[in-house]
Amino acid sequence: MFRLQDVTKTYHRRGEQVVAFQAASLEIAAGDYLAIVGSSGSCKTTLLSMLGGMLSPDAGRVWVDNRSIYECSVPQRAAIRRDKLGFVFQTFNLVPYMSAVENVQVPLYLAGIAPAVQRQRAAELLERVGLEDRLHHKPSELSVGQQQRVALARTLANSPPVILADEPTGNLDPQSRERVLEFFAELHREGRTIVVVTHDAVAANDACRKLTLSDGVIVGVDTDAHKRTVAA
Amino acid sequence: MRLRTIVWKELRERPTAMFTGVLAVMLGVTALVALRHVTVFSEREVGRQLNQLGANILIVPKGASLQDYYSADNNGQTLPEEHVDEILLATLTGVEKLSPKLCVPADIDGQPITLTGILPQSEFEAKAAWQTASMFKQPHVGCQRAHSPPTAEDRSPAALATQRTIEQLNHQDVVFGAEAAARHDVHVGDHVTLLGAPFEVLAILPETGTADDSRVFAHLHRVQDLSDAGSVVSAIEVLGCCEDAAGDLVPQLAKLLPDSRVVTISQVVETQVNVNRLMSGVSILVLVVLVLVGGASVLSTIASNVRERRREIGTLVALGATPRLVSLLFLLKATWLGAIGGLGGAALGVGVAMWLGPRWAGISVLPLYDVAAMAVGAAIGVTLLAAYWPARQAARLDPCICFREV
Repeated sequence: MFRLQDVTKTYHRRGEQVVAFQAASLEIAAGDYLAIVGSSGSCKTTLLSMLGGMLSPDAGRVWVDNRSIYECSVPQRAAIRRDKLGFVFQTFNLVPYMSAVENVQVPLYLAGIAPAVQRQRAAELLERVGLEDRLHHKPSELSVGQQQRVALARTLANSPPVILADEPTGNLDPQSRERVLEFFAELHREGRTIVVVTHDAVAANDACRKLTLSDGVIVGVDTDAHKRTVAA
Repeated sequence: MRLRTIVWKELRERPTAMFTGVLAVMLGVTALVALRHVTVFSEREVGRQLNQLGANILIVPKGASLQDYYSADNNGQTLPEEHVDEILLATLTGVEKLSPKLCVPADIDGQPITLTGILPQSEFEAKAAWQTASMFKQPHVGCQRAHSPPTAEDRSPAALATQRTIEQLNHQDVVFGAEAAARHDVHVGDHVTLLGAPFEVLAILPETGTADDSRVFAHLHRVQDLSDAGSVVSAIEVLGCCEDAAGDLVPQLAKLLPDSRVVTISQVVETQVNVNRLMSGVSILVLVVLVLVGGASVLSTIASNVRERRREIGTLVALGATPRLVSLLFLLKATWLGAIGGLGGAALGVGVAMWLGPRWAGISVLPLYDVAAMAVGAAIGVTLLAAYWPARQAARLDPCICFREV
């Protein structure tokens, strides 16, 4: 699904060039459930952004389904994100002036789907995450857990084969966290590839593999961590 | 969900943030539309006057003010009436009619009014000496005017409003301007007292929108007698057969009457033409102000909106939005701002012009849809231009911002 080759990402701080992330080789297979862990500043989100086609590396290549994503044009990358990748954010990133159903409609609109079909599909997705009675509530009228479920419904709008999640449980109470992790497990069982950046040990332990970063370098890949597999 | 739904929902959610931008555009468009309306209708009025009085020449005393053709004969100074005879005896080519006038202050039931003495055309024809002078028998070569015999309407007293002369007027008759008749509640056949003498109302003129509306017209010699003014006139209106003849007549008349001032309507309305020109210039200035102030305000509003919505933009990009779509989001919003400000400003500008036109410029103003449409178009153009840079910045925003915590 994903392949990184000789990837380097540098930042400039006060006139100095700092190597933020470096990876000679990394592969994430289709159907994998990978947790990326590491201390703050270890460039977990940098890696996730590069996988998501939103941050170009200074050197090296990132392949998504055998396409070198940063050699594609900007509109082509946007199309890859729209069709193949679903993002889950720590702070949910719901559009505040739109209702739950409208938030879920956004990726469907971006995919060029007709408004009537958008509404129907968005309502079905919100029903799937247990929010069928909150379709017309704005984010500010929903609890934190409900907001994250709206965000999950939005992520699934275009049925992406890959879910990229950045600290998806970071702002949640234990009950909501459990629900989100159950949801990820379910999506994984459906055959989707899931990459989760997390500080949460419980969330990391739910993954098949655990990739540890330190100062922008991959220091370990723990395959014993997984509890669930596609087969399971 | 459509692009316009997203834009409209965001606008409705934060209307106050957009208020200053819309207000600046609206005020600019209001001023532009109002000025343009007043200018256009003022130009039309000048054109109407030129068209109606194009062949007319006015002979007034040297020191007379010429702000308005219709009131140029009410300047308090006089000319000897014998100038009329001199013009007739000169047998100048192209002269069709003469209309000497004398304006004196009078009152009806204590209310002041201008009494204008006029000489009916029948008296010119009755004078044998004038007929000998054969003033109406010197046709202008190459006259551009289509000759047609006078109609019954031309011979009616009401023709004074348009023809500037009257065919018949007895010494005891008066003709009222429309406004004067309404103000004094006077009707045809009524009797009124002016300068201590009784008069019968012969006719009431149709409304002309000029100073003539507020006047009362009587026989010139009766007015001279009643006012003890003697054999003088305030002005002599010379009606040329066509504009070409009028142009040729001015120097001849000036030579004939060196103690008088001879002017054409074009010269009289020159002041108004200059004012109109000034207003056209001011319209351009207002357009520049609209572009600068309205544009700067919209630029600031959209740029600040882009800053506020960075995470939202990042999220949209993560969900698959292209930079072009992100740009369109802000350009469409600017179009809405321009349209709202432009339409509001156009409506307000038309209202202001319709209200102020008659009060300030003495002209009636009606909505000019092409001017309003052009102003709305200009407003949208300005807002689009102003929003282009922030929209471009939005499209180039680092989408990774969507991963950062607030």
